[in-house]
Amino acid sequence: MKAVTTGQAFRLLLMRDLRIAYRHRAELANPLIFFLILVSLFPLAIGPDPATLGRLAPAVLWVGALLATLLSLDGLFRSDFDDGALEQLLLSPHPAALLTAARILAHWLTTGLPLLLLAPLLALMLHLPQAALPVLLYSLLLGTPTLSLVGAIGIALTVGLRRGGMLLSLLVLPLYIPVLIAATSAVTAAASGLPYAGQLYFLAALLVLSLTLSPLATSAALRISLR
Amino acid sequence: MTVLQTLRNFYHRCASPRHFYHIAGRALPWLAVCAALLIAAGVFGGLVLAPTHYDQGEVYRIIYLHVPAASLSLMIYAFMATAAGIGLIWKIKMADIMAASAAPIGASMTLLALATGSLWGKPTWGTWWLWDARMTSELVLLFLYLGFIALQRAIEDRRTASHASAILALAGVVNVPIVKFSVDPELGFRTLHQGSTAMFDSQQMAPSMAVPLLLNIAGFVFFFLTVLLLRARNEVLERERRASWVRKLLEQTDD
Repeated sequence: MKAVTTGQAFRLLLMRDLRIAYRHRAELANPLIFFLILVSLFPLAIGPDPATLGRLAPAVLWVGALLATLLSLDGLFRSDFDDGALEQLLLSPHPAALLTAARILAHWLTTGLPLLLLAPLLALMLHLPQAALPVLLYSLLLGTPTLSLVGAIGIALTVGLRRGGMLLSLLVLPLYIPVLIAATSAVTAAASGLPYAGQLYFLAALLVLSLTLSPLATSAALRISLR
Repeated sequence: MTVLQTLRNFYHRCASPRHFYHIAGRALPWLAVCAALLIAAGVFGGLVLAPTHYDQGEVYRIIYLHVPAASLSLMIYAFMATAAGIGLIWKIKMADIMAASAAPIGASMTLLALATGSLWGKPTWGTWWLWDARMTSELVLLFLYLGFIALQRAIEDRRTASHASAILALAGVVNVPIVKFSVDPELGFRTLHQGSTAMFDSQQMAPSMAVPLLLNIAGFVFFFLTVLLLRARNEVLERERRASWVRKLLEQTDD
């Protein structure tokens, strides 16, 4: 048998996860449908006034994206935990943090990226000012990977628990607060014609920070959960 | 034996739950007395001796509760995360126990700081709550404590619970400064909360007001240590309930 290099292992795992996700297409759509329904609840509750909706749009879209990501996290390790594939993953000679990073990347490609693609449509429905739309997309592009990365720590800690769902939101939501603040602030600033670069840099810094730390914490948490 | 060696021996003895139980038992009365004396002196000094505030009147006296609680809430989080990290890295059982025992105390201190702050805010600022930078970060701190406690409770095996929540506590340590930084006035957050006052500078705060406050902060630290040791001793008994020394201890108390 030929030995696999670490880079190949990363790529193989990524391709495997994407293929599994593609074969469960119906499940992939669920967070998106949730996002769509959640966001369309707000105009029903607030009223159809375009000015009010436009002002609240950044907050509504971001809270929607945040909750949709939170709900999708369960799929990150659940099935592999149940059938024992996760143990094999951690037993492999390649660094566990890197393999976890591949898994998180696959998760972002299958949930974060679709949210990003759906966002312009919802922004239109909520009358978000045209000028703010690119900034909304930038903020989602920089922010949703951070949500996947930070959420991975939470799901890795709770994957072994029978009723981890409620607990997961309790653990992860406080850690999401900085992303939410910076992202909505960037979009709101852009909507009123103010500079927004600082907030985007802040989001980028959060992304880099979580990219370096989260795979390590996630793989350590998985080892604890599997014990 | 040099002082250093004595200290090291003491440290190693404390790392064993059995010795910790006895050492803590002996230290407890002293800590409790220190806490009671300091808080009594601080409360008397603050509520009776200190002069009335020229602007706020008597309302300001709530700082004798608010400031110690708020500073303890941060201190305890730092203590808890350090202990949890030590427990996670070096697998020291006592460190796990310390972190688990500190969390509920820290959460109550945070809640106390929030409650007293909002009681003070109503007559002074005219509102119970504002999304001010300091208040928001204190609220997030409370959420982090609650998450830590919830995770501890959710996992049955105590060692796994400790290690899992240690990772969460460390993630929280990274998060607290970020939250503090992100609730910046530039991002639309008000900063109505006053900055820190230099308590040793008599220009900023009269000694008759500052000394009781310092006494109370010291008293709260001793109070924390007292409750911490009480909780930790309980936790030791529960985790080591199958050990022979605990059984012997329980038999003695049964008689």
